[in-house]
Amino acid sequence: MHKKDSKSRDQLLDYLDDKAEWLRREIIRLSSIAGGAHLGGGLSMADVIVAVYYYAMNLKQGDPTWADRDRFILSKGHGAVAYCPVLADQGFFSPDWLNTFNNLDSPFGMHPDMKKIPGCDMSTGSLGHGLSVAVGMALTARLDKKSWRVFVLMGDGEINEGMVWEAAPAASHFKLGNIVAIIDRNTLSLDGPTEEIMAIEPIAKRWEAFGWRVFDIDGHDMGALVDTLDKLPPSSDPTPTLIVARTVKGKGVDFMENNPIWHYAGLDKAKSAEALTCIGNCRPKRRT
Amino acid sequence: MADDVQKSIVLDFTYTTDTYDQFTQAEIYGKAITKMAEDNKDIVVLTSDMTRSNKTGDFKKTFPERFFNFGIAEANMFAASAGMAVCGKIPFVTTFAVFASLRCAEMIRTDIAYPNLPVRIIATHAGLSQGNGGTTHHSTEDIAILRSMANMTVIVPADSIETGKAVMATATLPGPVYIRIGRALEPMAYPDDNYDYQIGKAVIMRDYGKDAAVIACGVAVKAACDAADELKEKGVKIRVVNMHTIKPLDIDALMKAARDTGKIVTAEEHSIVGGLAGAVSEALTEAGVAVKFKRLGVPDIFSAIGYPDELYARYKINKNGIAETVKDIVS
Ligand SMILES: Cc1ncc(C[n+]2csc(CCOP(=O)(O)OP(=O)(O)O)c2C)c(N)n1
Repeated sequence: MHKKDSKSRDQLLDYLDDKAEWLRREIIRLSSIAGGAHLGGGLSMADVIVAVYYYAMNLKQGDPTWADRDRFILSKGHGAVAYCPVLADQGFFSPDWLNTFNNLDSPFGMHPDMKKIPGCDMSTGSLGHGLSVAVGMALTARLDKKSWRVFVLMGDGEINEGMVWEAAPAASHFKLGNIVAIIDRNTLSLDGPTEEIMAIEPIAKRWEAFGWRVFDIDGHDMGALVDTLDKLPPSSDPTPTLIVARTVKGKGVDFMENNPIWHYAGLDKAKSAEALTCIGNCRPKRRT
Repeated sequence: MADDVQKSIVLDFTYTTDTYDQFTQAEIYGKAITKMAEDNKDIVVLTSDMTRSNKTGDFKKTFPERFFNFGIAEANMFAASAGMAVCGKIPFVTTFAVFASLRCAEMIRTDIAYPNLPVRIIATHAGLSQGNGGTTHHSTEDIAILRSMANMTVIVPADSIETGKAVMATATLPGPVYIRIGRALEPMAYPDDNYDYQIGKAVIMRDYGKDAAVIACGVAVKAACDAADELKEKGVKIRVVNMHTIKPLDIDALMKAARDTGKIVTAEEHSIVGGLAGAVSEALTEAGVAVKFKRLGVPDIFSAIGYPDELYARYKINKNGIAETVKDIVS
């Protein structure tokens, strides 16, 4: 993988920002093929999933079934449009497959299906399940004396689900420091702001009270993401880790940013082109 | 209820298919409860971060103090609705059918059906209506689950006209009800709203002859009607029964169809296991009525990804699929 030793830090961050820009473009492209997509939450999670897949996770390019790989669960399954391109780019299947997105008998719909998508470790789409599944995977890694980690990405609205609050104490109770959970804290769910609908703050304090180590960071700052991932404890550690990634729903496309209308939407040709221009304009400055 | 009264309840203008088909079933539901709530101060609406998807925005605007958004926490919402119903409220609880019926099955069964509380479950985006959402968003088990709960009434309206009528008909229903509706602008099954709707009483949509009968619900009703029209041109004359209430089932209409035709096809946007087909075959078997019988719906598999129309074609619950099946069974 593209580990830090092969590149200077600046080269690394540029590389990751490039990947995130590419991913945002893919989200827009696929949304046209799909006839609509979860744009807001796809764009908000782009930097996080890039940092996790291209920097943190221990994977083998082109080998989706390698037994010792780190696992990833997209608990906010509606982010599939921002997830499947990454799996293709990891060499798990041909990127051409993506051109069927949402069409009849495609492996790709709005929510990922592990039986159809190589490299997808869990089928998701009903919110609130991922962390519990992660607990099961992490327990299995412990039983089998394996050092792989489980990464799980949740939406912020998603943590309204009661099951998340059954899984959170289970992870610390079972001493599952091999779990790294990330909350895409874009402050909006489907109807609007989480703090108006069903408040979830103070997030860090709540999770700490459940026995978790918490990092609260800017989820669009590749430097902050990389630094935080560097601080992850060894997977043998007893304390599970939560990264609260503060993000912007619709990030990178200014007319979508912070507007819940773009949670799920379609784009006509003109709007797609406009979105792609925005994505180019908003790319972080190159360091090298 | 007289038709003119209904007109004033759901829409502010006279409705025909032309006016109605501007509105999805969920939009008509949203309008109906807003009207009903003017007279009935006990009506409250609960949602789980789905105000926009479930079309309860009008109600929220008109009666903000009677509107509760529980966030993405459906199980909590259903149990809380039981608490409100116990204390005298009439909760309309809305979420996607798949989450209501599966995630909240126990809250509905134990907190709502068991104490026989007047909770109105409006389950949107049912069946295959979220086609490319995939299996996590397809709801193909809900009729089977809900109809196995004692005290529960289960309704699958054919279109938005019938959705308005069904929602209003709950006004006098003492126990819980599950109303299952779609997502988009589905084609209208009725030419206008000029028919008598009663919970538990099937509607004969076509009665061209006794070659076979199609018993359908939901989107399959319009498809069955179209198939019947086409078949008639080819000399095959069938009856189409809109079994909008799955429970209690209209046994009389079913037995009459079975005895008159001897050939029954069921069609539903649901698994062929346990839903309308299950209810119909149980009733026929128990009555000792032998018929040629074919179930249309999703076979015992997890449904594919695709647009709803493509999936309806795949599982033969569109016009062609139903017509073909009828031809087979009559030959
Ligand atoms: C159990 C469940 N309830 C409801 C939904 C419908 N739904 C899909 S996305 C969404 C909002 C999610 O908000 P959030 O978790 O904040 O995600 P993001 O803003 O990152 O898209 C809802 C309510 C679902 N998929 N699963």
